[in-house]
Amino acid sequence: MGRPLQILLVIGLIALAAFPLVGEKFYLQFVTKVMIMAIFAISLDLLVGHTGLVSLGHALPFGVAAYALMLLTPEYQAAGFWTSLAVSVGVAGLASAIVGALVLRTSGIYFIMVTLAFGQMAYYYVHDSKHLGGSDGKYIYVRPALELFGWQPFDLEKPAHFYYLALALLVLVYAGMRVLLAAPFGRAIAGIKENEHRMRMLGFATFRYKLACFVLAGMLAGLTGWLTAAHDGLVNPEMLSWHQSGQLLMMVILGGMGTPAGPILGAAALKALELVFQGWTKHWQLVLGLFIVLSVLFVPRGLAQLFEWRRRRG
Amino acid sequence: MAEPLLRTEGLRRQFGGLAAVKSVSLECHLGRVHAVIGPNGAGKTTLINLLSGELAPSAGTIEILGRDAAGLAAHQISQLGVGRSFQRTNIFMSFTAFENCRLAAQSRLPSSMRFVRPALAYRQVNDAALRALEACELLERKDVAAAALSHGERRQLEVAMTLATEPKILLLDEPLAGMGAEESARMVELLRKLAPGHAMLLVEHDMDAVFALADTLTVMVDGSVLASGTPAEVRANDEVQTAYLGAADD
Repeated sequence: MGRPLQILLVIGLIALAAFPLVGEKFYLQFVTKVMIMAIFAISLDLLVGHTGLVSLGHALPFGVAAYALMLLTPEYQAAGFWTSLAVSVGVAGLASAIVGALVLRTSGIYFIMVTLAFGQMAYYYVHDSKHLGGSDGKYIYVRPALELFGWQPFDLEKPAHFYYLALALLVLVYAGMRVLLAAPFGRAIAGIKENEHRMRMLGFATFRYKLACFVLAGMLAGLTGWLTAAHDGLVNPEMLSWHQSGQLLMMVILGGMGTPAGPILGAAALKALELVFQGWTKHWQLVLGLFIVLSVLFVPRGLAQLFEWRRRRG
Repeated sequence: MAEPLLRTEGLRRQFGGLAAVKSVSLECHLGRVHAVIGPNGAGKTTLINLLSGELAPSAGTIEILGRDAAGLAAHQISQLGVGRSFQRTNIFMSFTAFENCRLAAQSRLPSSMRFVRPALAYRQVNDAALRALEACELLERKDVAAAALSHGERRQLEVAMTLATEPKILLLDEPLAGMGAEESARMVELLRKLAPGHAMLLVEHDMDAVFALADTLTVMVDGSVLASGTPAEVRANDEVQTAYLGAADD
């Protein structure tokens, strides 16, 4: 990673930590959502950028975890923080293990198609299930609450508290990802991305590593699904739709696939531009589309590339 | 003679109506080089693909270190102690030469499901990679990206990666392919150094190299073994003379 990017990250972290002191509630919630999306994008980048598995079905574990929280939340009462988090992440991982065991037998364009197909199956199942709220979804009236022997370390009903939880998780996931990628597992998936055939011939059971990666990415997506449902206080089938997967993929590509900070930059840029363009015109999607076309043309390796001046000159 | 490390019996591989390999039986012994020669399309690479698990045999047996290995997956065969190099260079182009070998050596950890400790902190893996690079005279080029290496150096790296997995059996598919005279001589020297510690199956077109290295020579034509024996015996074989060696003016 280039030094400018490191400096940018430190500045960004300080700014993010200080923001609740000055930010209005609307922006506080907006940045919270961006940070959750950033974690979601990091989880997809583990598949796309680091293992070479382009998934168009990453909304599935995200949505499954969100719906799990909805089902675990009693009406007008809070769900347990740890229980609901563990169950949400667990079912997201389980769903990913089942889907992964099937889709990872394909590769390339077929992999994209099959992940898309599974995602849409889940979408239509939820969309057509009355008890899950059908096309309207359902509200979660009370956010999960954390209590340790009667003491509440933080209260998710307070925007600033939720904000700091998201920030802490983002830092944790970012750091964890860097550790993971430098460990033997990270090197093995890098090898699989570069040349899976040779990895097999060197004695790696590549399917196992791809499946582990798929499940891990699914669990992280589950974490963000849980966060999103808790934050927004509602779940709906759109969380599982391929638009969600597609937008996420766009964030990863826009930010820079396979770069540590890329997914964070991509999520922030896309969400911020969405907000700005929405203020300008009701045809904001057109402007956003144009921006994405231009950025792909001029910074093909993503926004993270802008901070790589050392490599470009070296 | 001691038990062979690798033995096949009646090995056959059929692609639809075409039998690329028909009933091949051969043995590889520790410290000996078994060269397989034959014209293009004789089934030499298919044979290596069968032995390395990339293809499953249609019939016949493969025994590796006394274990039945027919039908095992490629990664399982590799873990039995079989290293394979490729005719067409098959390396990790964007990684450094060291990382190519380090990753190869990492395959010998009981598992790579290790998520926390940095890969570079595994001393025995690094050392195995460095030994392989040194054996192939690439130590000075270890920090160069594979894509920036010369053709000859990439061929050396191909063999170095195979060595980094510390195999007992080496399956080398035309290690001299596309090499200049000087590079070829270096590679022959390297293979000669490796021979004592390994059972080596060498597929090669370069006849000078083959006769310089081989203890046993098998001639394949049309998927079948035409002759097998010491180089001198094979050279004297009339059938081989007419079918292959005699016709070879190159």
